[in-house]
Amino acid sequence: MIRELVVVSGKGGTGKTSVTAAFGMLAENCVLCDADVDAADLHLLMAPRVQRRTDFMGGSKAVIRKEACTACGRCLELCRFGAISGEFVVDPIACEGCGVCVDLCPERAIDFPVQRCGEWYISDARFGPMVHARLGIAEENSGKLVSLVRREARTLAENKDLQLIITDGPPGIGCPVIAAIGGATALVIVVEPTVSGLHDMQRVAELASHFKVPGLVCINKFDLNPEMTGRIEAYAADRNMRVTGHIPFDPVFTRAMIAGQTVPEYAPDSPAAAAIYRIWREITSSPVMNALGIKHFSANIE
Amino acid sequence: MLITIASGKGGTGKTTVATNLALSLGRGARLLDCDVEEPNCHLFLHPEITERREVTAFIPVIREELCTGCKKCAEICRFRALTVVAGKVLVFPELCHSCGGCLEVCPEQAIGQGRRVLGVLESGHCGELGFSQGRLRVGEAMAPPLIRQVRAQNNGAETVIIDAPPGTSCPVIAAMRGSDFVLLVTEPTPFGLHDLRLAVEAVRLLGIPCGLVINRADMGDEGVREYAREMSLPLIMEIPYDRKIAEAYSRGIPIVEAMPEWAERFRGLYRDILVHAGTSGRQQ
Repeated sequence: MIRELVVVSGKGGTGKTSVTAAFGMLAENCVLCDADVDAADLHLLMAPRVQRRTDFMGGSKAVIRKEACTACGRCLELCRFGAISGEFVVDPIACEGCGVCVDLCPERAIDFPVQRCGEWYISDARFGPMVHARLGIAEENSGKLVSLVRREARTLAENKDLQLIITDGPPGIGCPVIAAIGGATALVIVVEPTVSGLHDMQRVAELASHFKVPGLVCINKFDLNPEMTGRIEAYAADRNMRVTGHIPFDPVFTRAMIAGQTVPEYAPDSPAAAAIYRIWREITSSPVMNALGIKHFSANIE
Repeated sequence: MLITIASGKGGTGKTTVATNLALSLGRGARLLDCDVEEPNCHLFLHPEITERREVTAFIPVIREELCTGCKKCAEICRFRALTVVAGKVLVFPELCHSCGGCLEVCPEQAIGQGRRVLGVLESGHCGELGFSQGRLRVGEAMAPPLIRQVRAQNNGAETVIIDAPPGTSCPVIAAMRGSDFVLLVTEPTPFGLHDLRLAVEAVRLLGIPCGLVINRADMGDEGVREYAREMSLPLIMEIPYDRKIAEAYSRGIPIVEAMPEWAERFRGLYRDILVHAGTSGRQQ
């Protein structure tokens, strides 16, 4: 029974990737998956050696063949995305890939080539196998690529007989996040005790409650604002999410990142590392992560 | 003057720079929070919201009495929002991109105008500063159409400041397209640098002049500064790590309120942006 922990936060910059990397090191036998395909950073700590590189083919984009175009204006009329100029040139950034102009052009003068929107990798990283990706700049379809890397991570875990996947999720609550959390064994929400941290965590928890997954909370930089930490704990209790621990504010996070290492690796005796060990033990011993894969519906986010 | 505050990496201080810059300018300025997935500016501004409306997008509604089950709508839909099962059209509204293709091809006029709620658009002010924000409905996947609606709320203001979402994909492009200047906020760490490179690629793809703010400037290494020199990116401002700033931030208090002397520095930032938007920026 393969279990998947997905680390999210709502707000960016709360320490998701540093925490994911630390878990990846402590877990030993697991597959790491970077589902933050838009601004992937996990590889900076994992030094992956790419074993297999595959193009990610996303949607198609319209291209008007000048020589076949009679400038009738039908495509301009049809396009709801303002992607076609008065000179009948399609702006690839604005084109949504709906293909309506392609199908309805009376001269059949519009091509619809499939786009390479990025690439994805299967790698050997410092602590085990890793699946990661890079979405092209200004591309759409990030949700599709997130689903793809998660699916590949699962296949890899099956092939290597590994029982755990740890996934670094994207920030926000939009399409890539929706693609990142469906079917997870549990979410780990990394939150910082700020008004923005709490606000954004509330929105991601609300989203997650639709997906019926258990939520575990980890409060990073908890000592920055003890009152706000209290409010986060109260909110977590209210939504049936377990607080697995508190990490103190510690510049060692930044120093470890500069060294290309995880926090427990760079400073094993630091208070931050000690907190991360405790949190990892809490997570692995929590009922939702049991080895038999028995679903605890009572643990779902409410 | 349309200035977008962006960054590849989240949590580098976009909202801090956007709100403090906007508050320092005050009258004649307008702040648009385009981070519709997680809008945070309101937490610092406590704006008075005077207008609130739902933003919706077209989705097809099938008039079953007219539908002949010809499948033309399902054939044109590239997003698989329509499918025909046993002569009956099923609609999956959350997959619809509102392209209107089904409306065009249905020979029976059997498709009606339905609406899917994308989120809420709210407008108001904070003192003399104009303000609008979008708030994506929880569960909605598509942010760009809502972002474009927030963008349209400039109300003829002289200076418009946009707080963009993190990343480099379609929501960010929707937020920063057509800006006069993009101010990139980063932190001087390996993650900050890696995501800054992606953000610079995106800004240059759009051909917009840009400059850099380094936040928590003394917590990290020299990588970002070296990169800025290499790419001739103007480094316009550095904000040091200061526990007082971090604590004020955690409580939702803008820097210019906790430490009023910063207002002049943010006005200086604005003057520098004008210079770079007009001259050195264009050379890129």
